[in-house]
Amino acid sequence: MLTISFFSAAIIAGTPLLFATLGEILTQKTGNLNLGVEGMMLMGAVMGFLVGFHSGNPFLALLAAMLAGAMGAGIYALLTISLRANQEVSGLALTTFGTGFSSFLGQSLVGQVTPKSISNFFNPIAIPGLSKIPVIGPIFFNHDVFVYFGYLTAILLGIYLYKTQKGLNLRAVGENPGAADAASINVTLYKYVHILLGGALCGLGGAYLSLVYVPAWQENITAGRGWIAVALVIFAVWNPYRALFGAYLFGGLDIIGFRIQGTSIQVSQYLIDMLPYLVTIIVLVFVSFKKSQEHSPPKGLGKPYFREER
Amino acid sequence: MKRVSKVLMVLFLAMAVFLTGCSGDSGQEGAQDVKAGFIYVGPTGDGGWSYAHEMARQYVVEQLGIETLYKESVEEGPDVENVMKDMIDQGANIIFATSFGYMDYMEKMSLEYPEVKFMHCSGYKMTENMGNYFGRIYEPRYLSGMVAGLKTESNVIGYVAAFDIPEVVRGINAFALGVQAVNPDAVVKVRWTNTWYDPAREYEAARALLDEGADVIAQHQDTAGPQQAAQERGVWSIGYHSDMSEAAPDAYMTAPVWNFGPYYVEQIQKVIDGTWAPESYWGSMEDGIVALAPLTENAPEGAQAVIDEAQAKIKSGELKVFAGPIKDQEGNVRVAEGELMTDDELLSFDWFVQGVEGKINK
Repeated sequence: MLTISFFSAAIIAGTPLLFATLGEILTQKTGNLNLGVEGMMLMGAVMGFLVGFHSGNPFLALLAAMLAGAMGAGIYALLTISLRANQEVSGLALTTFGTGFSSFLGQSLVGQVTPKSISNFFNPIAIPGLSKIPVIGPIFFNHDVFVYFGYLTAILLGIYLYKTQKGLNLRAVGENPGAADAASINVTLYKYVHILLGGALCGLGGAYLSLVYVPAWQENITAGRGWIAVALVIFAVWNPYRALFGAYLFGGLDIIGFRIQGTSIQVSQYLIDMLPYLVTIIVLVFVSFKKSQEHSPPKGLGKPYFREER
Repeated sequence: MKRVSKVLMVLFLAMAVFLTGCSGDSGQEGAQDVKAGFIYVGPTGDGGWSYAHEMARQYVVEQLGIETLYKESVEEGPDVENVMKDMIDQGANIIFATSFGYMDYMEKMSLEYPEVKFMHCSGYKMTENMGNYFGRIYEPRYLSGMVAGLKTESNVIGYVAAFDIPEVVRGINAFALGVQAVNPDAVVKVRWTNTWYDPAREYEAARALLDEGADVIAQHQDTAGPQQAAQERGVWSIGYHSDMSEAAPDAYMTAPVWNFGPYYVEQIQKVIDGTWAPESYWGSMEDGIVALAPLTENAPEGAQAVIDEAQAKIKSGELKVFAGPIKDQEGNVRVAEGELMTDDELLSFDWFVQGVEGKINK
């Protein structure tokens, strides 16, 4: 059961979760809770597929997916930052909107398959050298470029958040927007830029499902993965490196049921389906016990910031 | 500023509701006041189960010119009651609910609204004004098993299945018996997904089966995910619900399919004529409510002749799918030679026939 092919499949199953989680981490670091991940993933999935299907160009498809995700996030940002709407409600509305948007645009695409030029582009590529390492090589370094891009994004995001001035500013905005404002950081600009970027990453997560994982258009292709990603953000305690681990773990949990069924172990699929959320709750309990600065959510999370009301 | 935001919020929500929400479709003005409502568990674009019902609804509109209402992606939960109430408010006098989990809610509504006719698909409950209907999809499934049995070279056939309920178990058994009729050495490996509709997960279940050596993938799911997994590995597949050749043109061979249209027309015509009465209908291939989709060029050579012969025998009643001798997984004879399983036994099927590798959680 726990073979190399299982772990390798877990990485693939975790990749859409990884992008969405990283996107949501970036969003929440600004102090905004965007519950529209599922919607943005679906928007990215349908736009990526639509453009890929008609153009046959993987780069255009990915660009379209990112733009679609960013567009969804843009609506959310406009509502919550400029128009002061409630963040939770706006996020939920975005999920509803994204679901409808993708079904609407996807009507003509149902059952269609990605063109050859795109599926060839996303064929697994073994990284010379690294893929020859026993066990680790075939698990981590024999995938499509999208998966490698996921590793890279997580690491770059980690460096950005913890090692750069801009990352520090961003965290300040999320922790205490008033203080950040006093330190002449443009809070509104920071929020907009990072929420849009976060949306773009969620869009990519959706596009992985429609372009690479399933490679065909099916309505509601995410089937709740956006919500898993929201849970993953907490599991990863807002840390991109932990998100890398968490996404692959949750990806593995998603598919382990089918591998177990082939063995003599008897575990109910329902139990397995609960695990991601159960683990998240356990992590939440630990986080609240430890009360360490590093492991707590951004202090300003969920609270709107208005300079005049400071 | 606050007011502007509220107005925008309302507009935005309204738009979201508009894009996802319920939509009605009206045919030309009929003389009758009959309006039919249809409730689907998945999106009509699933290319499978809900799509089959949606095609039937369009057939109704075409044939009878009556007004119809439909709502897609309705969860199998208390919410379906509100959907039914909403349809009744809009003037529906017959409602078709097309998923098993709607049954208890529909029963409740049928007692509350005695003047409305209720039809529940795939269930067994009946009231004064609620009937149920389904098709003997296991007949074409048996035929599709024959196609798979002729095609396989590894003698391992994968079966991606939704839930371990009698309907699905019956399908797997019929499929396995079809396989064995032409290829006694082949085994059918089953994986449960516990979803009806999750393209990625169903795709993943198929991949797990392919990793175990399956070279034909069959499914009891509402999406084409398993078909695509088979296509990706360059092996073969059997679809379900409707023709899935577009989803996997290089893998798809055939599928057991539904044809609800004529039955819906017949039922609604009875409402129009005032002769409707609740019934429990389980239509067969002979009745035309189920069929085997045309074989594609991926199907093995000579399969057409085998299928044609078996199909004719099933239609004439000469060949019964669940006729003894049938052994269970442990090799015990469960249906003796010359015996036939009754409909009650079929409706509560909770064991696998010999040659199926998988477990039913009891």
